[in-house]
Amino acid sequence: MALLQIAEPGQFAAPHQHKLAAGIDLGTTNSLVASVLSGMAVTLPDAAGRHLLPSVVRYAAEGVVVGDEAKLAAVEDPLNTVQSVKRLMGRGLADLKTLGSTLPYDIAYREVGEGREPGAVSLDGSGAVPRIRTRSGEVTPVEVSAEILKTLARRAEQSLGGELTGVVITVPAYFDDAQRQATKDAARLAGLNVFRLLNEPTAAAVAYGLDQRAEGVHAVYDLGGGTFDISILRLHRGVFEVMSTGGDSALGGDDFDRALAQWIMAQAGLGEDLDPVMQLRLTRLATGIKEQLSSVESAEIHLELPNGGRWQGSIDRETFNGLIDPLIAKTLAACRRALRDAGVTAEEIEDVVMVGGSTRVPRVRERVKELFRAEPRVDVDPDRVVAIGAAIQADVLAGNKPDEEMLLLDVISLSLGMETMGGLVERIVPRNTTIPVARAQEFTTFKDGQTALALHVVQGERDLVSDCRSLARFELRGIPPMVAGAARIRVTFEVDADGLLNVTALEETSGVKAGVVVKPSYGLSDSEVERMLRDSIAHAEDDMAARRLREEQVEAERVTEALRAALAQDGDQLLDAGERAGIEQALKHLVETAASQNHLSIKRAREALEKVCEPYVERRMNTSVRQAMAGHKLDEFES
Amino acid sequence: MAITLTEAAASHIAKFLKNRGKGAGLRLGVKTSGCSGMAYLLEFADQIEAEDSVFEDHGIKVIIDPKSLVYLDGTELDFVKEGLNEGFKFNNPNVKGQCGCGESFQV
Repeated sequence: MALLQIAEPGQFAAPHQHKLAAGIDLGTTNSLVASVLSGMAVTLPDAAGRHLLPSVVRYAAEGVVVGDEAKLAAVEDPLNTVQSVKRLMGRGLADLKTLGSTLPYDIAYREVGEGREPGAVSLDGSGAVPRIRTRSGEVTPVEVSAEILKTLARRAEQSLGGELTGVVITVPAYFDDAQRQATKDAARLAGLNVFRLLNEPTAAAVAYGLDQRAEGVHAVYDLGGGTFDISILRLHRGVFEVMSTGGDSALGGDDFDRALAQWIMAQAGLGEDLDPVMQLRLTRLATGIKEQLSSVESAEIHLELPNGGRWQGSIDRETFNGLIDPLIAKTLAACRRALRDAGVTAEEIEDVVMVGGSTRVPRVRERVKELFRAEPRVDVDPDRVVAIGAAIQADVLAGNKPDEEMLLLDVISLSLGMETMGGLVERIVPRNTTIPVARAQEFTTFKDGQTALALHVVQGERDLVSDCRSLARFELRGIPPMVAGAARIRVTFEVDADGLLNVTALEETSGVKAGVVVKPSYGLSDSEVERMLRDSIAHAEDDMAARRLREEQVEAERVTEALRAALAQDGDQLLDAGERAGIEQALKHLVETAASQNHLSIKRAREALEKVCEPYVERRMNTSVRQAMAGHKLDEFES
Repeated sequence: MAITLTEAAASHIAKFLKNRGKGAGLRLGVKTSGCSGMAYLLEFADQIEAEDSVFEDHGIKVIIDPKSLVYLDGTELDFVKEGLNEGFKFNNPNVKGQCGCGESFQV
């Protein structure tokens, strides 16, 4: 007998047509699945009543094991037990080499030519997918994630009593195209239909029903075990928009534990050189004390020393607060940066949503409250709030709530642009533009008779291509030969709701077309995004100078090119020897100056050349007009 | 004529209504569709129509339209857990046969 859930009025489905949907929080350490049952979003437990599924996959001799059982085996079977695979999603070998020393796995460093969509290009060999060698053969991060998703989906289908029509999977707001695509690939591999990917902070805001409110600006403070993320969201005309994001990918509750463990070591007179067992015992002890101090004012500490002795002490909340204050201060600095990026003040923030287990620490709540001058929202379990928001969104997208029009918008984290002549970046979609978005811009050819155009898509805030991140390159071929500047090439950047970028170039007079979908090149962490933003501010003046210089150089080159073409055509007919020598000299001067680093002298040289050329240009003009009019009667020109 | 709720069903309905924040009660009904004749319907009710019958059990208003009532009279609505799956179950004395899944039935 099928068990039924209560539906919204008019939404009860015919038998076997229930639109079952789930929200999945695919986390670095733990994952969760949630669904809306009888109008209530709840996380779904497994048969043992556990809601959290450790994001650990073990390739055991008897088959694939996911979750707590895999996590337990991590110590004895590290090479076949994959943890924290989210950090590898959408990353190339290049990134991995930098993470390499911390990864316990046996990584196969070789190029893998996976069947990607035609036209996709990846640079620097970065499209090569890292493979982890296990006893079941080589597995990719996408395949490992698919195992986690499969386990969660199976749990959901058992709990809901039917097949899922679709899922919403959450990803960090700073995930780039490659990381998002990898997440979608994993879902497809797990046999799941992805309604959409949803940014984690947006999901948290949805869980609190902030989307049902009037307009307002909200902050989502997400302090997990190992990472910190801050996001500023704006609800505008019923639409959610991520205004800015920030954070620290290496700051979390684990650092609180470490600070406390060090304090205990100092108090107990222990040296730094502890054996791993003692180290682990100390960390566990610190975690326990930290959790106790969330509910009581002081805690007793009992520690067995390596020499068999015992140490006993106590710590009160105030001392603990003193230990973690510098860490919390770092998160608050990131919050202030995010506020500045979003262009809002702390006073404008209406609600502060707390996400992540570490937001249970009272001192964190206090300090966050001080900064935003608002009581942080803590009533939804901070470990589950993201999954719950995803479930609510999945329910809407499955069509179980017809009157709802919840459209959640996100922003791109770094500007997208094209390389133009001189290695300069033409920004086409500025950062923090809400997605989905389509922007187009016209480009033209630089040389006479140019039949192809190389397009280089870059990401970043700097003015020179060399300072930005290269995403893709492609060529538009088959442009009909025309004079420089006559071709009209429309380049369109489209970013879909999941942040995937599609660039197309169309030559409008001939209709020739080319395009690229940006596929896994290497990933980008939030700290890199932050660095790129910082650099763009620090180098703003250098960039302006570099742009001015390059622009002058390009202009000098264009003039040189055009003049040489003209001289070759009719220089001998229209100029006497003296004039020609004058022009040649000014031209030579410009070519020499263009190689210099002084934009003003290049400009002066170009202007000087243009001046010398004035009579010549005039004569050419008259000649071409005469040629055009030759053989025509005057009255033909009068209309 | 009556419809009843088990204790478990009533407490879950109360929780769901509270979470939803609005609603006059719970609407039960039958529809003439499904793989074996009739199908159950279970929805939140925002309004009560003039012809509806309303039963109150454990403080919950159960609302049924007159056409459905003849098929559901004497039904007890239960909330049960079967493995990981939990949800509502109609214990309907009028049922003579049902499809394998139990989502539709014959009288």
